[in-house]
Amino acid sequence: MSSDTLTSTEYIKHHLQNLTWGKHPDGSWGFAHTAAEAKDMGFMAIHVDTMFWSILLGLVFLYFFRKVAKTAQSGTPGGLQNFVEMIVEFVDTSVRGSFSAKNDLVAPLALTVFVWIFLMNFMDLIPVDWIPGLAAATGIHFMKVVPSTDPNATFGMALSVFFLMLFYSIKIKGISGFTGELTLQPFQSKNVIVQAIFIPINFLLEFVSLIAKPVSLSLRLFGNMYAGEMIFILIALMFSGGLALGIFGGLLQLGWAIFHILIVTLQAFIFMTLTIVYMDMAHSEH
Amino acid sequence: MNINLTLIGQSITFVFFVWFCMKFVWPPIMAALDERRKKIADGLAAAERGAHEQELAEKRAAEVLHEAKLQAQEIIGQAQKRGSEIVEEAKTTARDEGERLLTAARAEIEQEVNRAREELRGQVANLVIAGASKVLKREVDVAANEDLLNDLVAQL
Repeated sequence: MSSDTLTSTEYIKHHLQNLTWGKHPDGSWGFAHTAAEAKDMGFMAIHVDTMFWSILLGLVFLYFFRKVAKTAQSGTPGGLQNFVEMIVEFVDTSVRGSFSAKNDLVAPLALTVFVWIFLMNFMDLIPVDWIPGLAAATGIHFMKVVPSTDPNATFGMALSVFFLMLFYSIKIKGISGFTGELTLQPFQSKNVIVQAIFIPINFLLEFVSLIAKPVSLSLRLFGNMYAGEMIFILIALMFSGGLALGIFGGLLQLGWAIFHILIVTLQAFIFMTLTIVYMDMAHSEH
Repeated sequence: MNINLTLIGQSITFVFFVWFCMKFVWPPIMAALDERRKKIADGLAAAERGAHEQELAEKRAAEVLHEAKLQAQEIIGQAQKRGSEIVEEAKTTARDEGERLLTAARAEIEQEVNRAREELRGQVANLVIAGASKVLKREVDVAANEDLLNDLVAQL
């Protein structure tokens, strides 16, 4: 909170504003100092906090897993190796269960998705004012620490998965096979004319369901995390409402945080499972 | 919620993380896991084999024990048989020896008896001659009565 005279609305808005660096309308590049400035930047802007935290968490993930991978031995595993192996086995089981084709990319993809999203979601459990407060103390106006509450992050992943889907669909089935998948089902007919009528209908249905995949994938994660973050912020508002309300808010925060552990893990798991399923659909012929 | 360059940045980051994970994280861990799985499988197989071998060894030990018992019984039987044979042999030998001794003694006794008899016979002949001389009050010519005397002796 940079100002002492902050209304509830301002407090919430402040918490939901990313630290944006981008091109001002006048052509110069720099940080946005207000939400309106950030909005004016349009597409030519970057959320520094989202990038920073997501990359940091990704590096944490890669550092620990790489550390284990380098020293991995088949003897009795140590504590960290045991933990990492547990996650790897869990992901591997999921991939084996849902993905029937052979592709060395899918399992590492699923592992990255699961752990990275889990870590990003997990930032939600850090009290909402801690890191932004720290950032404000060092002169940074905005700091949103949960990258998965930024649609850019979730869409970034979902679109990457979507392009992988398209790539493998075309690679495995060929362009004709993929087009056929989009246009020749679910409605089929032996009659050529009827079939020709069905093609645009099929295409409409299939295209919507195709586009819905990345959209639902990213919006599901974003929505859950954004809502969770919002509730934390609302609870945090109670702390400024007197002792009784503050204690009540503390209890609420505890309860919501415990429940949120479930959501954090579940959303990471759902994103991973759907990624595997989509990749499987891209690999399987109809 | 503004969509901006962050989207592209996140995509690049994501792709890089996935690539790194695929290249440097996943394969060594899976290799270690597979190797351990194989080790455990080998260990279990070895344990099973060991148990099987132990079972076989136990069976074999029981067989050997059984055989040894049979052999021991046989040996004991043979020993007993041999013992009784020896006893029988000893008995037979003793009996034979006894009989032989008995026979020898008997033969000696008979010899003694015969000798005594011969002696007695001679003495009787002398007595008879002495008696007859006395009865006849004269000298009996031994040579003349040789035949008579011999007859007499033979009659004794």
